[in-house]
Amino acid sequence: MDYFSQANSTPLYLMVGVVLLFVVVSCVLFIRKSYLAGLRMGMDRKVLRTTITASALFTVLPSVSILLGVIALSGSLGVPSSWLRLSVVGNLSYEAIAAEAASQAMGSSLKDAASLTTSNLVTIVLVMTTGISWGIIATIFFGKSYSRKSTQMLNKSKKSDGKSFADWAMVAMFIGFCGTFVGSYVAEAVVFKHFLPILTALIAGVVMKGCEYLVKEKKIMWMENFSLSLSMLIAMGAAVALAL
Amino acid sequence: MSTPFDYEHYDNSIHRLGRIMNAIGIIALLALPFFFAATLGAAVSWDGFLKGLLRVSITYLPICIVEFLIYVPILGPGGSYLSFITGNILNMKLPCAYNAREIAGTQAGTPEDSIITTLAVGVSSLVTMLVIFIGVLALIPLTPVLNNPTLRPAFDNLLPALFGALGAQYFFKSWKISAIPLLLMIVLSIAIPALIAQTTILMILIGGVAIGITYFFHKKGAL
Repeated sequence: MDYFSQANSTPLYLMVGVVLLFVVVSCVLFIRKSYLAGLRMGMDRKVLRTTITASALFTVLPSVSILLGVIALSGSLGVPSSWLRLSVVGNLSYEAIAAEAASQAMGSSLKDAASLTTSNLVTIVLVMTTGISWGIIATIFFGKSYSRKSTQMLNKSKKSDGKSFADWAMVAMFIGFCGTFVGSYVAEAVVFKHFLPILTALIAGVVMKGCEYLVKEKKIMWMENFSLSLSMLIAMGAAVALAL
Repeated sequence: MSTPFDYEHYDNSIHRLGRIMNAIGIIALLALPFFFAATLGAAVSWDGFLKGLLRVSITYLPICIVEFLIYVPILGPGGSYLSFITGNILNMKLPCAYNAREIAGTQAGTPEDSIITTLAVGVSSLVTMLVIFIGVLALIPLTPVLNNPTLRPAFDNLLPALFGALGAQYFFKSWKISAIPLLLMIVLSIAIPALIAQTTILMILIGGVAIGITYFFHKKGAL
């Protein structure tokens, strides 16, 4: 049996399926627990349901890009391993980098899938999993103490006007993330004359502000749940048009 | 008469559930390559594993630690346990949790926020797994459509679309906080173009600068 037949064999699908089913059960338990706790806490059922709907809608579009990552990786690692790696822990950029680092360490490359063996495959998957496991291990050993300490700090820093440093720190964190990526797109345009990323970002930003206007000024409240997904979808569509 | 809600009890039970599920989850994930090896009649190359892990860990061990320190306060306990086991935190779980928080109008660190972020991350994880599962089922007929070169720019520009939209939301919340981090990133990346591809490392620096500026203005009561 050749490498790809083995990498895509039924037992591998079944093993991955079992592990992913466990993760699904884990998610369901957390959702159930928090939903019931929210109701007991006196939270509005409508708010909880809106959160669920909005989060589901928000996720569909980016999930398609992860699916594309599965397709991309499956050309080297087979479908089951790619399916596993992109469904749990990590992210697309990490998985691609880790897989390439592991295959290079064994003298092969993902670009040359013909050179891979099943021994390479299992070693690559082990490197990919181990290399990103530190965050999970940290949650197991330090999650409780750190979470409580950080919550205490958040609440202590609350000021009388209700706006705490923690609230602003969260805004600052996101400004930092956005600033890093948007800044890199500006630099990419200046240095490499690659204008598509910054144009896509600008279009997404303009659509987002348009949505905010419709929500705040025109009181089209349902738009609030869709503004981010809609902005991304329109901007990604525009990227296709701009690249033609 | 129903008993009053005890958040402490709920919080303890979330940590217990999270620890158990993540411990089983990581053991299963780490064991899987060995099951693969046994099924395929292959052996793990320990030399390749150690070399590969070293290459990956130089970059990702510090990132994992910083991510843990940064994400746990934002995602709350339930959201954190789920996010770390399901992954895609920066590009999906974090914006999703923040989106849910904005819609629900909750504040970081409150019990209500903990509920909302757990729900958001849990639902987001399920939807992602469902989309990938459907995609895997349909992988062969779907591949030509999704890999169509005409559609490629859309998926290649997913992150610009995400951060453009989020940027429009957050930059306008406070230009006092936004201006310096954004300019710093632009100047750094133009001066050293190799940094353009190092956004995951630079966001630690830029995020730190943004928080420092926020602390300064907050201390002065100027926000």
